[in-house]
Amino acid sequence: MNYARTVWAHLQKDLRLEWRSKDALNGMLFFSLLVVVLFSFAFDPTMAVSRQIAGGILWVALLFASVTALNQTWTRELRNRVLDAQRMAPSPASALFLSKVLANFLFVTMIQVVLAPLFIIFYNLRAIGQGWLMLLVLPLGTLALVVNGTFFAALSLRTRNREMLLPLILFPVSVPALLAMVQSTTAILTGESDPGLWIRMLSGYDIIFVTLCLLLFETVLDAE
Amino acid sequence: MKRTLQVGLPIALAILAVGFYQAIFVAPTEATMGEVQRIFYYHVPSAIMALLFPYVNFAASAAYLLIRRSNPLRAQAADALALAAAEVTLVFASIGLATGMLWGRAAWGIWWTWDARLTSFLMLWLLYVSYLLLRRFTAGGQTQTLAAVLSVFAAIDVPIVYMSIRWWRTQHPSPVFFGGPDTGIDPHMVPAFVLNVAGWFAWGVLLVTLRYQLQRKRQRADQDATLRALESTLQSVR
Amino acid sequence: MPSATRAIHLNEVSKVYGDFAALRKVTAELSAGKTFVILGQNGAGKSTLLRILAGLIRPSFGKVTVLGSQDVAAIRRRIGYLSHDSMVYDELTALENLGYAARLYADADPSAEPMWKPEEALDLVGLDAALDRPVGKFSQGMRQRAALARVLMSKPELLLLDEPFSNVDFASSSKMLQVLGKLRAEGKTILLTTHQPELARPIADCFCTMHEGQIAAMEFFSPEGSAA
Repeated sequence: MNYARTVWAHLQKDLRLEWRSKDALNGMLFFSLLVVVLFSFAFDPTMAVSRQIAGGILWVALLFASVTALNQTWTRELRNRVLDAQRMAPSPASALFLSKVLANFLFVTMIQVVLAPLFIIFYNLRAIGQGWLMLLVLPLGTLALVVNGTFFAALSLRTRNREMLLPLILFPVSVPALLAMVQSTTAILTGESDPGLWIRMLSGYDIIFVTLCLLLFETVLDAE
Repeated sequence: MKRTLQVGLPIALAILAVGFYQAIFVAPTEATMGEVQRIFYYHVPSAIMALLFPYVNFAASAAYLLIRRSNPLRAQAADALALAAAEVTLVFASIGLATGMLWGRAAWGIWWTWDARLTSFLMLWLLYVSYLLLRRFTAGGQTQTLAAVLSVFAAIDVPIVYMSIRWWRTQHPSPVFFGGPDTGIDPHMVPAFVLNVAGWFAWGVLLVTLRYQLQRKRQRADQDATLRALESTLQSVR
Repeated sequence: MPSATRAIHLNEVSKVYGDFAALRKVTAELSAGKTFVILGQNGAGKSTLLRILAGLIRPSFGKVTVLGSQDVAAIRRRIGYLSHDSMVYDELTALENLGYAARLYADADPSAEPMWKPEEALDLVGLDAALDRPVGKFSQGMRQRAALARVLMSKPELLLLDEPFSNVDFASSSKMLQVLGKLRAEGKTILLTTHQPELARPIADCFCTMHEGQIAAMEFFSPEGSAA
């Protein structure tokens, strides 16, 4: 109960900061928009092909966009060395981490809400499979991206080339999740196969890595 | 280190030499693929080693995380072992990938295919590249902790690699061993295969040991430098 | 040294970065309830010492005992640490910053001694008129006072203040000194680093001069302020 209240306090603070600065959201939104537009030049978004590749483009756009936001997550705490205050505070470190994950989850979801209609328009999409399953795939996929992303952003916080390092360590670990997201999205859009296995795999991935991140976060925060 | 070389190198080389003889001259030629199948004796052992040493890396990293506060000196040894295992993993994974591509070109007519096992194996390779990159990019006392944490993540991906064989439809031959009643290889191929696995295992252990000893030496040199810095500045004040 | 209880005990504490020794075998006992003003040039190891005492970095060698505990991280709650950065969010108002910090402390240990309310703490440092302004718009002195208020809120037994008076206007520094004097009278232990010994002199029980990673000299004063 207290834990939940602490998470909420952190989350409220993060949302307030984002609301006042809009650092992450603006950049992320424009970036993923650009990726979608650029890909439509690279791949002809005609009706037949677009279904096959749209899933991939959607998730790659979101992956790149999330990295821009994830890099912001902790730099905010570095300014004025607030991170030291966080480390001195008696509240559990994992609560801080969880709130950051939730905040990033919200940001990326907001991007999806803006991006989804554009996507449908630009790529003439209409799901042949069970479209409602996207409501499951999107949050699960987003969680997979942001949980490891938030963790590795914290991990690369005190390194040289911080912004460079994050994708270098995040992408390899995220490959299975990305595969599952793209495959399930494609399966839903084309209706040619059953996305069930991929959705289950994504859920498993989420459970494993959320647990792992929560367990190891304090170690990373106090690595020095 | 000299001792390790004197003892380990002859053993590893001897097994590898016999294994080479068995693989090239004794083992029967495979029916459909022909001579090119003999790369199997190098490809599969390398791949096995690349899947084996991550466990060493994981175990050492986990040990490091557990004892880094209570026993910092032994934790240093664990970290050295983790680093050695990671580098050797990368070497074997690279060999596995390269020989796999050669074989794939001959057997399937393509260098590479994005099937699950190949992709997972490439992922393993990428993971350990990123592990070593992280070690490069971090400075000071936190390198070891952060690397150990990443290693835990990487090691958890290794089972996913293995499970993926059964989960995903794949172009790669289904597991040759323990895969069911119709699997297994010609008994005449077994000696060559076993010897090569043993040989490359010995070679891998030798490499890890040497790298471990080198890293320990470096750690001791660093420690000496630290103590010297402490002492020399002390004198400059007095 | 007065035979009061020890707040801090350092036994051959060293901190080495690569081949640079920031702290070199510092051994010291600092008694509780006193105010120690740490002087010294940049790079003398003042900040490193405070960060070690706060449990933010670990010494390379040596033993640190703070408030009777060797696991400094475990007793962070009883320590108030202020670095020369303000450790507050520029985009939030003073009240929001302190309210946020207060919730982190209150939820972690509801049974602990009640803390100052954010308004009370800000009132204490004379910021009661600026509660609802973003800290980023504050002057350096006001920001430093807000930072001090955040630290004081949890009523720490030990205060570690790194350069609290640097680049701070006169009104702010005298207000902070007044607050620190009050805390000293309440029997809190205070360690503060500064480049302005004359400023901190009225509240100091001891001047510790650091030089090249060591405590080179300790000069005690009697409570009245005359040299002992």
